[in-house]
Amino acid sequence: MSMRTPLGKVRGLGSAKSGTGHFWHQRMTAIANIPLLIFLVGFCVSMAGADRAGIVDAVSNPLVALMLVFTIISVTWHMRLGMQVIIEDYVHGEGSKLICLLGNTFFSLAVALTGLFAVLKISFGG
Amino acid sequence: MANSPMKERPLSPHLSIYKPMLTMMMSIVHRITGAGLYFGMALFVGWLFSVAQSQSCFDIVQGFIGSWFGRLVLLGFTWALVHHALGGLRHLLWDTGRGFDLVKIEWLARANIAASVVLTLLIWIAAYAAR
Repeated sequence: MSMRTPLGKVRGLGSAKSGTGHFWHQRMTAIANIPLLIFLVGFCVSMAGADRAGIVDAVSNPLVALMLVFTIISVTWHMRLGMQVIIEDYVHGEGSKLICLLGNTFFSLAVALTGLFAVLKISFGG
Repeated sequence: MANSPMKERPLSPHLSIYKPMLTMMMSIVHRITGAGLYFGMALFVGWLFSVAQSQSCFDIVQGFIGSWFGRLVLLGFTWALVHHALGGLRHLLWDTGRGFDLVKIEWLARANIAASVVLTLLIWIAAYAAR
């Protein structure tokens, strides 16, 4: 039997040893996403009906490329945190939960790196 | 946990006994739109990658996006994005401890739905005007 009180057990970094890290990163990326998604919607609207050359031309602009890089990083970070909560809420088996959490990280990273590579390749000259 | 005081606490009743409420549905939709956007972002990145890949690859992706089904997916994506972003703003407001009384919370939920539909329509009107 532990002599520690329930409050004592969760003080400091708590049982998961990451403290409020998840909450804080979720909010931080949420706030970053607001201006970034306004840019992204504007970018997509202006790309409506554009051919490949037009899109390459737009992404060649370093400012556009940089904003896309920021957006991809912030959004994929945010979506990984969000999906983690969904998995932890609904997947209860330890093994399947671990696999889902790993898959979530791999998927989010793959989306991020694919997006970043595509933007940089286009921006550096197709 | 043998002598934990947690053991005696009542469990919350199952969700199905509640009459569906607007704020509850908004919470569920916030999660569903979030999950949808998770895969929507993969679609967006796929589109970017097709531009980087080749003209023929881009033509295939653009052909899908241009089809009626592709446009429907894109319309759903747009609405989910706007709805989730506005829902996020509500959460950030709640994080400051404001907007919790019943009148405000109900008003915020309705404003979120109305604004998400209006903004989605405006974005699509702008997109068609830009073509």
